[in-house]
Amino acid sequence: MCAKIVENTINLDAVQGIIDKYPERKTSDLIAILGEIQNEYSYLPEEAMIYVAAALELTPGKVFGVATFYAHFTLEPKGKYVIKVCDGTACHVKKSGDIIKMMEQELGLGGDKITSDDMLFTMQAVACVGACGIAPVVLVNEDVYGSTDVDKMRELIQKIKKEEGAA
Amino acid sequence: MKVIIDQIEMSSNEDITILELCRKAGIELPTFCYHPEISIFGACRMCVVEVQNGNWKGVVPACSTKVADGMVVQTNSPQIRKMRKMIVELMLASHDQQCTTCPKSGDCQLQRVATQLGVTDVRFKQMPCEVPRDYSSDAITRDPSKCVLCGNCVRVCGEVQAVGTLDFAFRGAKSLVGPGFGKGLGEFENGCVSCGQCVKICPVGALTPKHHIEEVWNVIHDEKKTVVVQVAPAVRVALAEYFGKPSGTVATGAMITALRRIGFAKVFDTCYAADVTVVEEGNEFLARRKAGNTKPMFTSCCSAWVKYAEQNYPELLPNLSSCRSPQQMFGALCKEQLPQIMGIKRENLVVVSVMPCTAKKTEAARDELKGDVDIVITTNELALMMKEIGITPENFDNLQSGDFDAPYGSASGGAVIFGKAGGVSEAVLRYIAESENKGGAKSVKALSDSKDGVKVSEISTGGNTLKLAAVSGLANAKKLVDSIKAGEVHYDLIEVMACAGGCVNGGGQPIAPVTDNAAANRTEGLGSCDKSSSACVSCENAELKSYEDLGHDKAHKILHTKYQDSKVTLEKLVQNAK
Ligand code: FES
Repeated sequence: MCAKIVENTINLDAVQGIIDKYPERKTSDLIAILGEIQNEYSYLPEEAMIYVAAALELTPGKVFGVATFYAHFTLEPKGKYVIKVCDGTACHVKKSGDIIKMMEQELGLGGDKITSDDMLFTMQAVACVGACGIAPVVLVNEDVYGSTDVDKMRELIQKIKKEEGAA
Repeated sequence: MKVIIDQIEMSSNEDITILELCRKAGIELPTFCYHPEISIFGACRMCVVEVQNGNWKGVVPACSTKVADGMVVQTNSPQIRKMRKMIVELMLASHDQQCTTCPKSGDCQLQRVATQLGVTDVRFKQMPCEVPRDYSSDAITRDPSKCVLCGNCVRVCGEVQAVGTLDFAFRGAKSLVGPGFGKGLGEFENGCVSCGQCVKICPVGALTPKHHIEEVWNVIHDEKKTVVVQVAPAVRVALAEYFGKPSGTVATGAMITALRRIGFAKVFDTCYAADVTVVEEGNEFLARRKAGNTKPMFTSCCSAWVKYAEQNYPELLPNLSSCRSPQQMFGALCKEQLPQIMGIKRENLVVVSVMPCTAKKTEAARDELKGDVDIVITTNELALMMKEIGITPENFDNLQSGDFDAPYGSASGGAVIFGKAGGVSEAVLRYIAESENKGGAKSVKALSDSKDGVKVSEISTGGNTLKLAAVSGLANAKKLVDSIKAGEVHYDLIEVMACAGGCVNGGGQPIAPVTDNAAANRTEGLGSCDKSSSACVSCENAELKSYEDLGHDKAHKILHTKYQDSKVTLEKLVQNAK
């Protein structure tokens, strides 16, 4: 349950750049700032959160509290390819569960472990993405794969692995 | 307005809550998240009552619902009984239920409420929080598996102390109270100040003073060691509460005897060092003024305040008196003088202190002070040790009255009142008045209450008027310091105590029921100790000679200290990242 303490240091200038967009440094800017930081790093690095706390004159505990309250924020670094498998009702009926199972096997994931050891893939089952007409749906970063199935997805993962020299 | 509570007709003109009116009606509702010193949260739902108001009927939390004319309140309907039991069962299901080994056992609100409501079994699967105990702080032990998420600690830490280290994290079933980032209380260099107000407000055993009882027994049972103890003023007016006495009972003599029975070779009075503090600090203050240093001087007795200033107001550190706290002065004096006086080796001398305070544990462990005071226990731990050697509420009165040992056993009334808010200032005032003209100390009055936990006083000396302020509670202190910095108010000497009401209300003191005005009663107890002291002013302490023997240079070296800027700034964070 604890946040993983990430060792690699991040560039705080970038964080400062984001904070500078909010010159009033209001407490109510916190969520927006955290959102931008997550866009930048794909997750919320601890150093960045501590820095934001100091900049907004909040306690680290307060920032951590907000960051862990919203499901939108993530405290773990994510893989290069973030795969979201829709497991909403429509996709579930169309066997999204099998796709999830396959991916867990292919990528060595399961339980709390959502990112592959080589930091290439992060896979999460998500609630309805609002594309039930083309169920089952999988998102890989910005790309949408509709009406897909286990075999097509296995092929896609193998293709990416090959391209990345990881196969 | 008229309100009916369980058939009792009550009338009220005030804008109060159902809970408060129930109390007036002689009905004590079970609560967890309600505490008069902090904001109303209304989260635990333990205080629910059934209300009929005109056509509206429903269940509301009594702590956060105001009474209204014509309201009919039922506190014990079948529905309420069922709901309350369910709430307790759910709490117990997410609690580790290891009562027999819990430091809070016997003094726990969850135990009390479960018994009060007749909860004899729990229908739900037990799923306590699995975050391990946090021993990282020298002062406070945190056990998330016992936390009931009432949020009292979060609010006292943020609202009353303006520290805000403790906060909620995660949500739903995973909710957790802690300092965040999976870290412990002692792992943020600029976080917890160890004041222990969270310990005092925690209804269960999730936050307790870190115990150092075993360490004390180990040295006492080590034949090579000579173990001496010093006891702070606020302990003597609170200790007896653990043995069934009303708050404020003065138990100095019994306490001394108990300490001897535990096995301490000498029992000394921290008040002795408080007298030394008054002389050192009084002289420092007068010297600063003479040197034309007109900035205000802040007291440095309270180590939680010192740490708070270091992390929030580094620019004020030169204004902090360089005097060590009485605890540390005492430790330094013992280590300097006792080996010779007692004919023992310095390394075999162990100094233990009994404090009303958890922050004193952290203070004694500071790098620059380490080694003077070896072990610090709180009033709470002393009571546990006394119980361990067979002292009970029934035989407590049989303890004969003992006296403190020389050469650090005498104290002036000025030193005893160090334990109350405004006491240090009053003692310094007495000292200054006495230096002005002999007998002047007698006419000094206690500081008078102003607002926001601030007490003030004035004294004229050498043709000048000196303005003093004493503030307690760190949020109050922050307010005062900010208005001083903004130039809105001006004082010459400012006493700061981290805990509201001063040391009598410290984090290591007994946890009195909220309906008992314990801090005020203990303050009164100190007042009676002050009155019965043979000396009124610190410089009249009959044993001060031991201190004077040190000579000026030595005294300065071992009785003063330095502070460090530990404020987290953006520049420092960038530097560290590189
Ligand atoms: S005491 Fe009223 S809701 Fe907690």
